[in-house]
Amino acid sequence: MPSLGADMEAGTLVEWLVKPGDAVKRGDVVAVVETAKGAIEIEIFHDGTIGELVAAPGSTVPVGGVLARLGDGSVTAVPAARPAAAPEPARASPAPEPRRPPPAGTRARATPAARQRAASLGVALDGLQRTGVDGAICLADLSQAAKPAPRRGGFDPKAMRAAIAAAMARSKREIPHYYLSLSVDVTATLGWLDRTNAGRAPPDRLLPAVLLLRATALALAGTPELNGFWEDGAFRPGDGVHVGWAVALRGGGLVAPAIRNADRLGLDELMAALRDVVGRARGGGLRGSELTDPTVTVTSLGDRGAESVLPIITPPQVATIGFGRVMERPWVVDGAVLPRRIVTVTLAGDHRATDGHRGGLLLARIEALLQTPEVP
Amino acid sequence: MTKDETMAMLAEVLAGIAPEADLTTVTAKDDLREALDLDSMDFQNLVIGLHERSGLPIPEEDYPRLFTLEGMLAYFAAAKRA
Repeated sequence: MPSLGADMEAGTLVEWLVKPGDAVKRGDVVAVVETAKGAIEIEIFHDGTIGELVAAPGSTVPVGGVLARLGDGSVTAVPAARPAAAPEPARASPAPEPRRPPPAGTRARATPAARQRAASLGVALDGLQRTGVDGAICLADLSQAAKPAPRRGGFDPKAMRAAIAAAMARSKREIPHYYLSLSVDVTATLGWLDRTNAGRAPPDRLLPAVLLLRATALALAGTPELNGFWEDGAFRPGDGVHVGWAVALRGGGLVAPAIRNADRLGLDELMAALRDVVGRARGGGLRGSELTDPTVTVTSLGDRGAESVLPIITPPQVATIGFGRVMERPWVVDGAVLPRRIVTVTLAGDHRATDGHRGGLLLARIEALLQTPEVP
Repeated sequence: MTKDETMAMLAEVLAGIAPEADLTTVTAKDDLREALDLDSMDFQNLVIGLHERSGLPIPEEDYPRLFTLEGMLAYFAAAKRA
């Protein structure tokens, strides 16, 4: 069971998308796992052949627990994606690793109570996980099997809230935040956007968020100290600018899937990427790697949001950038007061990794880049 | 486009964007973005859906006319006469 975020302790297997004997290669989606952030498609991180599916659909597996084995069973098929998003130490002891079922043909061992319950539920004993003594099926395994599979695309608002609370409490406890803010005149850039969109059909139009995202990604590429992770007492730079884009979910909650190498995408490509991740964040189908890849998080409050946001860093990242609503404001331009469109850009930085001087450079870069949206 | 046609079109497009949205709770003058909790991306998707079904270009400068049910009905009623 991979860790899909600092806040994840366990996941529930919804379904397997492969079966024993299937050839898989790194990056293939092999399973769907229900997490506090909804149903997530889990990718495999090795090439090989599926040997054994250890976890049964409906079972909850702690982070680091075995979901499946590859080939001869010596290799765990779905290891934690990487240590970057190490979870909080679990307070409850993790569930025991389900034991491997016996070879086919042998009668499934089960406690008498479990056997009776299985009969009343109409559940076959073969294929159930076995956490009882000596690998027998016990009552707990049956209650796992009897649980309805969580639906894809939805999420449990309570679990989502708890997961956000856990990650943010950890952030506030461990990360010495500093905050910076800069009001940026975006009149020229939004004028360019209006003219560009005027010549486009609705499906091809760009949202202002795309200009903010692109300026931020390019600025981060030039300020690598703010793009990466704080791990084991040291900063590890990201292997690219993978922007976690904060998406508010209907019914409450938040998820920030990665837009990979956002600094290398043009505006139309970024718009397509944004539409894609927002759609999947809300409709289901996010991949595990999209939750673990972000090297930084960006929040844009949009056209109905507050004037500015003081964001909280998502561990183990070292920075997060926020954009408030674009407001029309009286502004001094060349000695005259004019109505201008202003957006407040904010940065929360991790003082263990950087200081306000470096953060200020990032905001100044974002400001400069927002003046010239058309420059590739 | 008649009122019924516009409402049917709107309901169909909204079903793909905000499945839980209930148009019967929205009054004629409510801002749809507030009443149905539509963000910029949702609203753009709404415009795309209305554009595809109505065939109208719906330039961005017209967006404010689509913020309320009243405005939207007037917009698509006028479009028929044009």
